[in-house]
Amino acid sequence: MINQLSWKVGGQQGEGIESTGEIFSMALSRQGYYLYGYRHFSSRIKGGHTNNKIRVSTTPTNSISDDLDILVAFDQETIDLNHHELRQGGVIIGDSKFSPKQPEGCTASLFSVPFTEIATDLGTSLMKNMVAVGASSALLGLKADAFRSVVEQIFSRKGESVVEKNLQAIEEGMKYFLNEAQDNVGDFQLVEADGQNRMFMIGNDAVALGALAGGARFMPAYPITPASEIMEYLIKKLPEYGGTVIQTEDEIAACTMAIGANYGGVRSLTASAGPGLSLMMEAIGLSGITETPLVIVDTQRGGPSTGLPTKQEQSDIFALIYGTHGEIPKVVIAPSTVEEAFYDAVEAFNIAEEYQLPVILVTDLALSLGKQTVEPLDFDKVKIRRGKFDLNGELPELEKNEYFKRYEVTEDGISKRVIPGMKYGIHHVTGVEHNEQGKPSESPENRKAQMDKRMRKVDKLPDVFPTPVYKDERHEEADLLILGFNSTRGTIQEAIPRLEKDGLKVNHGQVRLLHPFPTEEVKSMVAKAKKVVVVENNATGQLAQLTKMNLCQGDIHSILKYDGNPFLPSEIHNQCKELF
Amino acid sequence: MATFKDFRNNVKPNWCPGCGDFSVQAAIQRAAANVGIVPEELAVVSGIGCSGRISGYINSYGFHGIHGRSLPIAQGVKMANRELTVIASGGDGDGFAIGMGHTVHAIRRNIDVTYIVMDNQIYGLTKGQASPRSEMGFKTKSTPAGTIESSLNVMELAISSGAGFVAQSFSSDLKELTSLIEQGINHKGFSLINVFSPCVTFNKINTYDWFKENLTSLSTIEGYDPENRTDAMNTLMKYNGLVTGLIYQDKEKPSYESLVQGFEEEGLAKQDLELDQEKFDKLISEFM
Repeated sequence: MINQLSWKVGGQQGEGIESTGEIFSMALSRQGYYLYGYRHFSSRIKGGHTNNKIRVSTTPTNSISDDLDILVAFDQETIDLNHHELRQGGVIIGDSKFSPKQPEGCTASLFSVPFTEIATDLGTSLMKNMVAVGASSALLGLKADAFRSVVEQIFSRKGESVVEKNLQAIEEGMKYFLNEAQDNVGDFQLVEADGQNRMFMIGNDAVALGALAGGARFMPAYPITPASEIMEYLIKKLPEYGGTVIQTEDEIAACTMAIGANYGGVRSLTASAGPGLSLMMEAIGLSGITETPLVIVDTQRGGPSTGLPTKQEQSDIFALIYGTHGEIPKVVIAPSTVEEAFYDAVEAFNIAEEYQLPVILVTDLALSLGKQTVEPLDFDKVKIRRGKFDLNGELPELEKNEYFKRYEVTEDGISKRVIPGMKYGIHHVTGVEHNEQGKPSESPENRKAQMDKRMRKVDKLPDVFPTPVYKDERHEEADLLILGFNSTRGTIQEAIPRLEKDGLKVNHGQVRLLHPFPTEEVKSMVAKAKKVVVVENNATGQLAQLTKMNLCQGDIHSILKYDGNPFLPSEIHNQCKELF
Repeated sequence: MATFKDFRNNVKPNWCPGCGDFSVQAAIQRAAANVGIVPEELAVVSGIGCSGRISGYINSYGFHGIHGRSLPIAQGVKMANRELTVIASGGDGDGFAIGMGHTVHAIRRNIDVTYIVMDNQIYGLTKGQASPRSEMGFKTKSTPAGTIESSLNVMELAISSGAGFVAQSFSSDLKELTSLIEQGINHKGFSLINVFSPCVTFNKINTYDWFKENLTSLSTIEGYDPENRTDAMNTLMKYNGLVTGLIYQDKEKPSYESLVQGFEEEGLAKQDLELDQEKFDKLISEFM
């Protein structure tokens, strides 16, 4: 019996590879296993190799694994491209239809199962995926019953006979495999899980759910990989809560429409990836100078330009922090798990309204699209705070020709906010430098007062932001501090015990507030370590540069990966070791 | 009841003396009073350029945004609070060059926003370059040998894009302009009102006199029916777009807001943001 394994299914895009992985993992999730998935796909709909790698464990897991136990192949290409990941004693299960061949040097056991033939005999070759799920699940010691609720959920709309046929396909796959192969393989039987049915979701689901729970009721957005799931979830849900999603003509419209709606008093967000963010830059400045709340989600993918649109990268940090001309206060939040993505989405709206500025919630492709098990979310932690804004508050009458002082200079820099429709709240809003009433003003004194007022709004944010750095500081005097952000957390966590086994004392920090930078927090962590290394998926070490700049410290190492794939635990382990 | 004076503030426009935009400002103030709203119920969103400053010259909520983006901002405001009267405004460069994509999509989306374009066929604030409304051959600082790009027929474009309300006016005709803005505000859905608003400083061709000579009022065309789309297109082609009045209106076309599932009459901004535990649990269960 084993506690964890990695399973991968591969084939041609459009062949149902994603749904094969989905059904397999949903069934395991409902048995109480912890899962972590990563999809390898290309920017096309039909054709081209795609695969879905799923880690199954009886304990929480937040990373893909170095190796692979089971490879389910719908074509020879899948075997040729992925067999090197298989561990000694791993298993390949291929469809007999393409006569799977063992690549040279591959030591894994190869089993040929007639996926297509069995499915065709049952009525339609479309069910070959179900046969494959059945065959590989037999290896894990699962029973066909484990799939019943999932299959019912997916196929009940198509009628009871479709449900039964699909279940039968799973069962036939199991039977075939048990008869033909079971005796010839090692132990792949999973220890029974705790039976708890946990949430199983992608980061984009968590962001969208967080937005909904956080009071967002309007989302203008333009489709883009890997952000579209956020708008797709909200268009399904928002109408129940009075709101809606508008698919705009471009990201400039999406961002400016969100600004208009926030100005109008509705919590509003847009979501995009690099190319869309680049288009939003001017509007982000407008939100900054007009002090209009705004929440933007950036699901990072490979850049620049179209770059690697379906691949992992973390190269937008500088664009997010420094992007837009001129100077504005801005907040950039980087959740490092799906749970955090949910709570941070709620917090993003609170901060946007309390501080009246643009907040960017940045994730990366592995976090946005990687489907993983999520511990129960705590609704009591969802609190809506709107800052200096009272929708039903009475305002004092205005003197003739006077406007409401929307940009009143205050000690904390934050002025009282009103929205159109409010009596005695009339004021002007403009991207031109303006006075306290919002009227254009070029006077040097006013310029300085307004600029200072805006910029000081975020001075204290790193002190009040909940967990600006996720910390695992197990040593007062560490040999190494590993820093990262977003989805690298789980992979770093997996490398740490290996490094400790090598005799190194390792602390870990995942920066959650990228801007304004939590300098003091990071500084105190750095002080406890002999060496510091920043792990990130980009070519220029942006988080390392940011850390060096804010800490005024040059002695910081980088481990970089920018080939489109997420880090493997072994890569972090080995490269950290090389520092000593 | 508010009067047009209630929509005045004490900000002195920075337009040149004689600029057509003064009348547009006055017409908006009069139309707002005539439709029976009070200043806090009006939001004027404007773009960048001389005319873009108009949102600061009217006593109402005003949002002066970025170049070419008055329409998406205005649509966002309207979606946030459909109880507001929302006017978007700007120049021909703002709406038909940098913002053209938004104009066409605002037309097909049909959110209830009244869009007033102050069309002077030139870039004024940058001191005299060609606009997409400049006639072929027009010599400007950016087209010293005369523009070699044709002028955009925006009224035809609007109608062919499915606009439900298309009108054109001349800033000298305050009465007609006021009436058209009123009709635009009352129209349920997107309305486009293009206003010939002469630039007295940089456009020496399309002057007040030029417009007086070249414009034809639709009221003088016998039997003109603004509800007949074919007539509207034919007339625009016949007069090369130089007509004034209500060109086309489709009173039956439903607004975007009326088609959004579950979208209530009460402004979204006024609605409760909180979920309850039961709703949250249901949302959570869908991921299990």
